[in-house]
Amino acid sequence: MSTLHYLVLAPFIMAIFVPFLYKIRHIHTGWFVLALPLVLFLYLLQYIPIGVSMVPVEEIVPWVPRVGINFSIYLDGLSLLFALLITGIGTLVVLYSIFYIANKKDEPLNNFYVYLLMFMGAMLGVVLSDNLIVIYVFWELTSLASSLLIAYWFHKEKSRYGAQKSMLITVTGGFAMLAGFCLLYIMAGSFSIREIISYFAQVEFNESLFIPAMLLILLGAFTKSAQFPFHIWLPDAMEAPTPVSAYLHSATMVKAGIYLVARFTPVFGGTPEWFWIITSFGLVTLIWGSISAVRQTDLKAILAFSTISQLGLIMALLGLGSASFLDSVAEVAIIAAIFHLINHATFKGSLFMVVGIVDHETGTRDIRKLGGLMAIMPVTFTISLIGIASMAGLPPFNGFLSKEMFFTGVLEATTLSVFNVGTLGIIFPIVAWIASIFTFVYCLIMFFKTFTGKYQPEKLEKDAHEAPIGLLLSPIVLASLVVIFGLFPNMLSYTIIEPAAQSILPYIVDPYINIYHWHGPNTELFMTIGVVLFGVLVFINLKRWQEATFFLHERDPLNRVYDGGLDGLVSGSKRVTNLQLTGLLRDYFVYMSVFMILLLSWTFFRYDALAFDFTNVSEISPYLWVITLVLIGATISIPFIQHRITAIIGVGVIGFIVALLFVVFRAPDLALTQLLVETVMVVLFLLCFYHLPELRKEKFKPKFRMTNLVISIGMGAIVTLIAFSAHAMRHNLNFTPISQYFVENSKPLAGGYNMVNVILVDFRGLDTLLEVLVLAVAALGIVALIKLKVKEGQDV
Amino acid sequence: MEILMILTVGVLVSVSTYLLLTKSLLRVILGIVLLSHGAHLLFLTMAGLKEGAPPLLGEEAASYADPLPQALILTAIVIGFGVTAFLLVLAYRTYKEHKTDDLDQLRGSADE
Repeated sequence: MSTLHYLVLAPFIMAIFVPFLYKIRHIHTGWFVLALPLVLFLYLLQYIPIGVSMVPVEEIVPWVPRVGINFSIYLDGLSLLFALLITGIGTLVVLYSIFYIANKKDEPLNNFYVYLLMFMGAMLGVVLSDNLIVIYVFWELTSLASSLLIAYWFHKEKSRYGAQKSMLITVTGGFAMLAGFCLLYIMAGSFSIREIISYFAQVEFNESLFIPAMLLILLGAFTKSAQFPFHIWLPDAMEAPTPVSAYLHSATMVKAGIYLVARFTPVFGGTPEWFWIITSFGLVTLIWGSISAVRQTDLKAILAFSTISQLGLIMALLGLGSASFLDSVAEVAIIAAIFHLINHATFKGSLFMVVGIVDHETGTRDIRKLGGLMAIMPVTFTISLIGIASMAGLPPFNGFLSKEMFFTGVLEATTLSVFNVGTLGIIFPIVAWIASIFTFVYCLIMFFKTFTGKYQPEKLEKDAHEAPIGLLLSPIVLASLVVIFGLFPNMLSYTIIEPAAQSILPYIVDPYINIYHWHGPNTELFMTIGVVLFGVLVFINLKRWQEATFFLHERDPLNRVYDGGLDGLVSGSKRVTNLQLTGLLRDYFVYMSVFMILLLSWTFFRYDALAFDFTNVSEISPYLWVITLVLIGATISIPFIQHRITAIIGVGVIGFIVALLFVVFRAPDLALTQLLVETVMVVLFLLCFYHLPELRKEKFKPKFRMTNLVISIGMGAIVTLIAFSAHAMRHNLNFTPISQYFVENSKPLAGGYNMVNVILVDFRGLDTLLEVLVLAVAALGIVALIKLKVKEGQDV
Repeated sequence: MEILMILTVGVLVSVSTYLLLTKSLLRVILGIVLLSHGAHLLFLTMAGLKEGAPPLLGEEAASYADPLPQALILTAIVIGFGVTAFLLVLAYRTYKEHKTDDLDQLRGSADE
């Protein structure tokens, strides 16, 4: 175990201590937790290469080495970028949560921090592992933690709905991803991403499993990263406390899908399917998210759809950039994707926190009730201004730089010479431009509806005032980063962006990273100016837009598919269950017997096991004929007896004849036991029958009676066949019974002459002990059944 | 003898299965009793009948009947007794609570 292993496990270990730290009630539990992500972040900083090229670190701990499952840590540029995001934003979020969630008496802070730490560890595990199975385990853990955090205020119906939805959608994707991983294993013979990459670097892409594996893995990535049409879970996940939304549902977890796509670009990149699927899903998500954001009235919902749209943007860039395996024109798209990933984490994180502050201080997030907060909350206003300007893509903030690079990326993609891009490529910049206009519009909505206009204190639950410094601290840090990265973007380019780009495109030795504010009057600049002009135009005419039917509904229409599907699933499974679980004992016995008959006869035919041998039989004395025939006769008569005493006598006769047969077949102990048990049993039957009603004639429909008859005869026949075959094989195949051991060792080892008794109490003593236990439990049950008094109205 | 015993076992199993499929709780219990008889005889028959002396070393015989199936059957008889006794009392209690021993009427309500 290396330090990096402990780095992944540290949050889990910390989580164990949280419930104990929660006992110290006068200190907010968050203060104890805060130290951990901070230490991890500072530790990870040392891996940033300054002036040298990044050397990946690999540490392997075997887990199940026989099937190639190892807990192997692989830290390269891409992992480092994500690990820094997870721990860095994590620190700020924990700090923010200390002030956001007050340390009230009944506030389950211990749950909150345990889930949060669980998520942090799992997410670090996803981005630092090299082994696909380990990634999958951590991947599902992040889904679980996310679901638990969404349902943190589980008394709210909407929280539970959102938690269930995110769980169902992301875990379904995770399962698909696992299947994809297994297909990769079948092809490459390894679960290690390193080895899979080097395998696919050598062979031609002609494997029939290649495309299915790609589709399944993409399903996992798309569900996690809220790509259209799986994005519907993200707006409902906004029921989580705002620190969680800022952390999981904007900065880190939803980027796990992005990570996965980036990670697998060296494997699948360069194929037309990978290029077209990712690019088109990304672009559709981009435009759908930005258009949907415009019609929201809840600030957090605007941010949720904005996140969806931005994730689509990064996804589309990764798709376009995957072409750079064939055409180096597309490299800029990858650089833009990485750069925008960092910028999005900073400005969206600060905006989520700001919205949390507005919610915290005014009691609402509804833009119809808010307004005029500029003068009342000046610090919050400043932070929002920076965040929103960056999100809208205005200079000099970092969002402007990556938006320009995004435009460069889509414009370069139109000149791609591969994948028959041709004239179709013109779609990329058009979609990007339209989506950017809507992005600009919702930025304007967020800004003007919240901070300008008339202050309406009568609509607010609380008297609005500026937030305490603790709440403001984290968004201030993020907003400063927005400004710093905006002014000095090149501090990132060779420390973070280049190593990450090298992990995505391993063959690039020295990528050309060109982040400048001023490129001269080129197409990108005119696109930005166009976005601003048209955005303002749309915003001014927003009233008219809002009268269109599309804008009347806030909920995404795709939710109907999910809700209907879920209802159908529940009612469908109920119907299937009710069909088979009739509540009648007979039906269950029918299932079991029919299944046994079918399974056994299938096995007989499958292995050709049927055998008959009528030699090697012992002779039958005449008195045995009589006994056996009486036994058979008594047995057959039982179902026809309508009188209960006669039935008992019949069963008693059978029992005593069986005892007699035991005597004949050299089994004195059995005979003794059987006699004893049979006597007691008859007495028991009589006792019970005293209380029970008379047997009645069975009133089955003729069809039922016939089925019962056929099943019983089938059961008897199959047992008879088994017995015949076993009997024949015993002699023909010369099996030696294992009993010789007991015959030889009864005396020397156990000191007993009666072999059956020796086996029971000595060789198989533990079995007998448990048998006594069974009897004891049965006895207790009997006593309880007789003595237990049930009060009126109580269920049994 | 083996052939005859195998056929007897077949009859026992058939009849007990038929009893298990009936609606009366008592017949179901009788079916279980018969089924265990059938299983015991099947076991004994499979080990071979009338071969050697009873498994008592004091007999000092050249060969003994196989002791292992006998030990297993002995366990089965005792367990079977426990189960039957429990079922009988369960039937008694069910009848006292619900005033019927008809399994058709004893099914749960529709919403279960």
